[in-house]
Amino acid sequence: MSLDLVATTELCFSYNGAEVLDKVSFRVRQGDYLGIVGPNGSGKSTLVKTILGLNRPAHGTVTLFGNPQEQFADWQKIGYLPQRLKFFNPNFPATVEELVRLGLLAGKNFPKRRARGDDAAVEETLAIMGIADIRKRLIGELSGGQQQRALLARAIVGRPELLIMDEPTTALDPETRERFYELLQLLNRERNTTVILVTHDTWSIGKYATRFLYIDKRVVFDGTFDQFCQSEEMTGFFGEHAQHIICHRH
Amino acid sequence: MTITEILSYGFIQRALVAGSLIAVLCAVLGVFLVLRRLSLIGDGLAHVTFGSVAIALFLRINPAVVTLAAIPLVLLSSFGILKLTDKARIYGDAAIGIVSSLGIACGVLLASVAGGFNIDLFSYLFGNILAIGTGDLLLALVLFAIVLLAVFFFYYDLVAITFDEELARSSGIHTKTINTVLVLLTALTVVLAMKLVGIMLISALLILPAVTALQVAASFRVTILVAAMLAVGSVVLGIFGSFILNLPTGASIVVVNFAVFMLVFSVNKLRQAR
Repeated sequence: MSLDLVATTELCFSYNGAEVLDKVSFRVRQGDYLGIVGPNGSGKSTLVKTILGLNRPAHGTVTLFGNPQEQFADWQKIGYLPQRLKFFNPNFPATVEELVRLGLLAGKNFPKRRARGDDAAVEETLAIMGIADIRKRLIGELSGGQQQRALLARAIVGRPELLIMDEPTTALDPETRERFYELLQLLNRERNTTVILVTHDTWSIGKYATRFLYIDKRVVFDGTFDQFCQSEEMTGFFGEHAQHIICHRH
Repeated sequence: MTITEILSYGFIQRALVAGSLIAVLCAVLGVFLVLRRLSLIGDGLAHVTFGSVAIALFLRINPAVVTLAAIPLVLLSSFGILKLTDKARIYGDAAIGIVSSLGIACGVLLASVAGGFNIDLFSYLFGNILAIGTGDLLLALVLFAIVLLAVFFFYYDLVAITFDEELARSSGIHTKTINTVLVLLTALTVVLAMKLVGIMLISALLILPAVTALQVAASFRVTILVAAMLAVGSVVLGIFGSFILNLPTGASIVVVNFAVFMLVFSVNKLRQAR
């Protein structure tokens, strides 16, 4: 039986008195490619942040790799790519290479210094992401797509077992978006990297995700893509026509 | 008077060594503070230092160890800024404003009550690097080693929280600890810089070399190196210039720093326009 990398039980979160998550329970198993979808304001980003411990839940539990989230310490096992950087300063003077190297910090003990093997990991990741030629460029000088690839490189450089991404394709053009999804699929299939991807893009993600979690403050649907297509509840949410397009597009 | 003759004075030698050490510290920490939009924390802590010095003078502590005596109170105040930001749901700039005004208020009240140490307090307000003694130099050396070692050991964590605190937290970095380290190091540096440029001008030493280096940044490491070199250059030029032209040293250092900033900024703009 494969390990649950993430498990939440009756997770509740409120912000300024408004309920954002209501008893959300779900599990992510090793090798899953989970697409978390839902309308605007449905709590998708909040759910991801709560899983990562960036939000404190009002009620419920989160376990990561079998450990309670508060006691979890193996952060090198998780790579995170946020929707947008909360404090990002476009004048930040780091090069792409320096940014990617920050992704190796999670696996280091104090005092955190460069280790043998770091350079090779950075080189390999820059090559995989197709950004080796812009390694010396400052991140503030890059296009949205290049920045996103650099941030994804930072997230995967430590070879995490679980990759959590929140709306990673918002700033990308359709062609780059497709390439981005293909890359994730490659990581999922060839490295067995478990992927959790929050997206609005229900149309595209259907092609790649093996499981769907549809939330609207609570879990509305949790199952495979085929089950999603047959779900009457989803027909109710999307309408028969839209569901038909999503499910038969791929 | 030749440079060799100026350098033969003991007080100039001490001023140059202490000034360079302090300049490096201010520049290195300044890069992190400026990028985290915490530039004014230096100003706030400097005002707290004013209050701390006033308390030390009020308690008739030996003037030779006033700097040392001010350290605990300034460190405590830096904790106060962090706690106010964290617990009282106050933005960082407001917390700095509160602690900073309290520091000034304490200083003014004590100076008024005591009546007798206004002149001493004035020298702390505007600095007197040429009066740096051997004890001050030793203190500068010790604090220089402490601060630089701490930056060396926490370098990657500091870069990570400066880039994005939330992303750093998701990598398991204890951001509160690193923030505390940064503010404590700044507090130590501010106390040390008090004799160099004075309480009123410390924030210039923290901000100007950093923003100048950011104009020509090629990487994070290069930014820190350039900031440190510019800061040392400005201090050395400021000390020589003030000695030759008989001007206040602290103010001269700040003016040189600003001139360097304007020069780099203008050259950078011209280069971009081409």
